[in-house]
Amino acid sequence: MESKSKSNSNSIVVRLFGSWVSYMRRCLFRVISVGPVPSHLAFILDGNRRYARKWGLGEGMGHRAGFLSLMTLMKYCYELGVKYITIYAFSIDNFKRKPDEVQGVMDLMLEKIEGLLKEERIVNQYGVRVEFVGNLKLLSDPVRNAAEKAMRVTAHNSRAILLIAVAYTSTDEIAHAAHQSCLDKNEGVIRLADVERHMYMGVAPDPDILVRTSGETRLSNFLLWQTSSSLLSSPKALWPEMGLRHLVWLVLNFQRVQPYLETKKKKLL
Amino acid sequence: MLDMDFVHLATFLRRIESKALELGDRMQKGYKRIWSSGGLGLYLLWLFMHLIVSIWYFAVDLVNSLESYLISSGFMKQYKDLDISKVKYLAVVLDSEEALDTMKVLELLRWLTAMGLRNVCLYDPEGVLKRSKDALSLWLRSEVVPNGANKDGLVKQKYLNLEVISFTDGKHAVARAANFLLKKHYLNADAEIPELTESDMADALAEIGYAAPEPDLMLIYGPVRCHLGFPAWRLRYTEIVHMGPLKSMKFGALIKAIRRYTMVRQNYGMYNCFNRQSAR
Repeated sequence: MESKSKSNSNSIVVRLFGSWVSYMRRCLFRVISVGPVPSHLAFILDGNRRYARKWGLGEGMGHRAGFLSLMTLMKYCYELGVKYITIYAFSIDNFKRKPDEVQGVMDLMLEKIEGLLKEERIVNQYGVRVEFVGNLKLLSDPVRNAAEKAMRVTAHNSRAILLIAVAYTSTDEIAHAAHQSCLDKNEGVIRLADVERHMYMGVAPDPDILVRTSGETRLSNFLLWQTSSSLLSSPKALWPEMGLRHLVWLVLNFQRVQPYLETKKKKLL
Repeated sequence: MLDMDFVHLATFLRRIESKALELGDRMQKGYKRIWSSGGLGLYLLWLFMHLIVSIWYFAVDLVNSLESYLISSGFMKQYKDLDISKVKYLAVVLDSEEALDTMKVLELLRWLTAMGLRNVCLYDPEGVLKRSKDALSLWLRSEVVPNGANKDGLVKQKYLNLEVISFTDGKHAVARAANFLLKKHYLNADAEIPELTESDMADALAEIGYAAPEPDLMLIYGPVRCHLGFPAWRLRYTEIVHMGPLKSMKFGALIKAIRRYTMVRQNYGMYNCFNRQSAR
C-alpha cells in the first residue's frame, strides 16, 4: 500500500517535471519565433550505424534509436511551426548494402508505417500528411502498398507535411521528371517549369535548411536540385544524438542568413 | 560663390532627409517586429540570443585567423606535406557580388595553382565570372613561373584548366537535355518513349555540351554555406566546405580545407576496404 502511494507520488513528480520542461521549451520557441522560422527542414539521417557501434548496441539498433530521435525532433519542429519536414530514409544507393541490413531497414519501415496506420486517429488529429517521395517501384510490394495506403489515409491533412524519401536519389528524380515532361509534351518545347512540375519533391516548396548529421559534408544525391538557396548544415552530432539544442542552434543560424538567402532565391527564380 | 554654397547646402539637407527617412523606415520595421513578436521583452531576449551567437562566431573567427597565420607561416609541420593528387577536380562557388572583385579571384587562382591544382571549376550564379574569364585566363597564362630549367633548358610553365559556369548551366541545361531527348525519341513517332534512365540523361547532357566531371571538393566563398544552384547532377558526392567571404580569404584556411579533404579521403578508402559496400 505504502509502495503504491510512493510510486504514485513519484509518477506525479515525473509528470510535473515533464510538463515544466515542456513549458520551458514552448517559452524558448516563443522567443525564437520573433525571427523568421524555416518553413521546410530537410534531414539526412546519417550516423545510426556509428551510434550503434559507439554504444555497443546490436545490429539494426542504431536505426531504431534513430527513429526515436526522429519522432522527438518532429515534435519539436511542429511545436516551433515548421510546416514541411523531409527525411532521407533510404537512398537507391543503399540497396547495394548487405541484404540483411536492407531487409532490416525495410522491415522497420513497414513496421512503422503499419503503426502509423493503426494510430490514424492521432495522426489526423495533429493534421499530419505523409508523402513518400522517390521511385516507389523499386520497393517490395508490402512496403509499397503500405506506403500508398498511408499517403491515401492522410491526404486530407494540411497542418504539417512529412515527406519521406525512399528509393530516392536526385539524379533519378531529374531523369524521371525529364521523362514525364517528354510524355506530356508531344510537340512544343519543354520549359524549366515543366521539368520542375514533375519532380517528386514538387509537392513541397524548396527546403530552407538541409541538415546532414555526423559531420559529413556531402549531400549524397539528396535534394541537389531543390537546395539552390538553402542553408547547408553539417553538425558533428550523430543522428540519434540530435536534440533540442541542435535544433535551436540551427534555427538561430538560419535567422542570421535568411535575408541573404531570400534575395538569392528571388534572383535565381 | 553664394550660388555654390546654396547648392552644397541643398545637397547636404537632402542627404540628411534621406538618412532620416531611412532611419524612420528601420524604426518602423523594428516596431512591427516587436509588435508581432508580442512585446519588447521577447524581442530583447531574442536579440540577446543572437548576441551570444555573434560573440561565439567572433571568437571562432579569431581562432581560425590565428591558425591560418600559423599554417601559412609554416609553423604547423603537419601541413607541410599535402598530397594534392587526391583532389582531381576542384569547384569554387563564389557569391556573384564578391566575384566582381576580379583581382581577388585572380589571387585565389594563383594560390590554387601554387598548390599544384590543375583542374578548377569556377561558379557564380549570375555569370559575373564568365565576363571576366578571358581576362583571368590571360593573366594566368602570362605568369610564367621560373620553376627551374629542365634538361632541354626550357622553362616549365604552370597552367590551370579553368572551367567557368553559371546558373544557366544548371537547371536550364536539364531542360535543354529534356528537349534533346524529346526530339530524339519523337522522331520515332510510332515507338513508345522508353523510360529514361540516369545514363540517358548523362548522355543527353554530354551531347549538348555539358559533359563535365564531378568535382571531388567544393569550396564556397560567400557569406552562407549554400551552393547557389551549382549543376545538380555534378554534385552527387562532392564534399562541400564553406570558406567564408572572399574578401577575407586566407591561404592558411585554404591549405587546411584541402588537407582535411585528403585525410577524409584516406579514411573513406580504408572504410571501403573493410566493408566492400558503397556507403552513403
